[in-house]
Amino acid sequence: MNRLPLTIAGTNPIRVIYLMTLFGLVLSGFAQMPIFKRYYIADIPGLGWLAQFYVTHLIHYLAAIIFIGISAYLLVDYLMVRRKQIRLSGSGYLRAGLLAGLLMTGIMLVIRNLNGVILPSGLIIFLDLAHLGLVMVFLFTAVTCLMLKKRWTTTR
Amino acid sequence: MQTKISRRSFLKGGVAAACSVAATSVPAVAKTTEKGQQLATLIDVRKCVGCEACVEACQESNVAKFPQPQKPFPKMIPNRVPVEDWSDKKDVTHRLTPYNWLFIQHATVDINGEETELNIPRRCMHCSNPPCVKLCPWGAAKQMSNGTARIDSDICLGGSKCRQVCPWKIPQRQTGTGLYLDLLPSMAGNGVMYKCDRCYNRVAAGHAPACIDACPEGVQTIGPRNEIIAKANAIANEINGYIYGEQENGGTNTIYVSPVPFEELDNAIETGQGRPHLKAVSDQMADGNNLAAAMLIAPLAGVAAAVGKLYKNVKKTEGKEIN
Repeated sequence: MNRLPLTIAGTNPIRVIYLMTLFGLVLSGFAQMPIFKRYYIADIPGLGWLAQFYVTHLIHYLAAIIFIGISAYLLVDYLMVRRKQIRLSGSGYLRAGLLAGLLMTGIMLVIRNLNGVILPSGLIIFLDLAHLGLVMVFLFTAVTCLMLKKRWTTTR
Repeated sequence: MQTKISRRSFLKGGVAAACSVAATSVPAVAKTTEKGQQLATLIDVRKCVGCEACVEACQESNVAKFPQPQKPFPKMIPNRVPVEDWSDKKDVTHRLTPYNWLFIQHATVDINGEETELNIPRRCMHCSNPPCVKLCPWGAAKQMSNGTARIDSDICLGGSKCRQVCPWKIPQRQTGTGLYLDLLPSMAGNGVMYKCDRCYNRVAAGHAPACIDACPEGVQTIGPRNEIIAKANAIANEINGYIYGEQENGGTNTIYVSPVPFEELDNAIETGQGRPHLKAVSDQMADGNNLAAAMLIAPLAGVAAAVGKLYKNVKKTEGKEIN
């Protein structure tokens, strides 16, 4: 019998794609603010696209599509198969909650961008700030978990 | 018989004409506000004589909204961040500035073999799906339910992303004013972006925007977008003319009608910073919004992959048990 890896994403290519997608989301997400040109980052050869808002907008959407697909795969896989062997750790719940919050606010902002959709301006400001705040907290949590070697899951 | 027109009677007549134009606009504004439809304006390029009454009225009506920058400006870090200061050039009317949200472009064109000068009032197009609003990272640019796109000067940090994503580069920056002065004045932000807000406060009170009220020639008409589009098409059919704004950037709430093609007008006008073009513009938000549809499919694909994997594992286990 094959042993199941003790993490949700395992050590397979999905884990690598998942991490790359998260990196792409964070980078293209921060590029929505006009900072990369101001602080010379877009001047680095090969990074000029970071100052092109429509390009980073599309990359953010593409990365979000991959992120949503993989998240749905991992969630269903966990609920149907891996839940018998592993469970989410405390830090796993925290990170999953933060990602869920990012997903929800992100979806609302995608809806906001559709033609004909006019959301209340107060809600848009809240969504923008919540999306940014959540990613900052997520990055801090992820780095802390990495340093403290906290895993997403533990064995049952 | 020679009719003598005194200055007083001329002014009286002018005011009466302006009031009658305003009176026809007010019901349209009120009707649209009640129904919550998007308001659009129709600009009939043939009628504009370039008198700049609209420019003057715009400045007078919006003077309280204009920036009052604090000097000296904070030192920008890094140095490359440009200071944009129009506070000593408030009387500039030949382009868009933070103190001039509407200006007239002039084009000399050939109509039926006759050299004709056309005047084109230019300001924010108030796109139906405005990139400046949708892509503002802070929500400082807002779209109102009647379609007006405006920038909240209390929140805007002046990063000028709105100008960069605007197909016509309409918003203009004034350094040394706004919220950034209370945050990190040297490190982040650079003032406030300004542009036409279609006199949202006047419209909310049931009045037409100041530029429409002031025009002695009735160049502009305001009303529900579908009615304005129908009117624009009727005029275009009547004069074998052309329409700009109906399709541009997915549709705007400023519709121009001209007797000559807009490519020709674009070649004849002076364009550049603060002087928008009249080129065809594709829907800038379309690619992103097409991808948004793929976001609906993504979770289904993920679930299908997980279920497929489970099915494969079950089959594999069953096969081993049989053997």
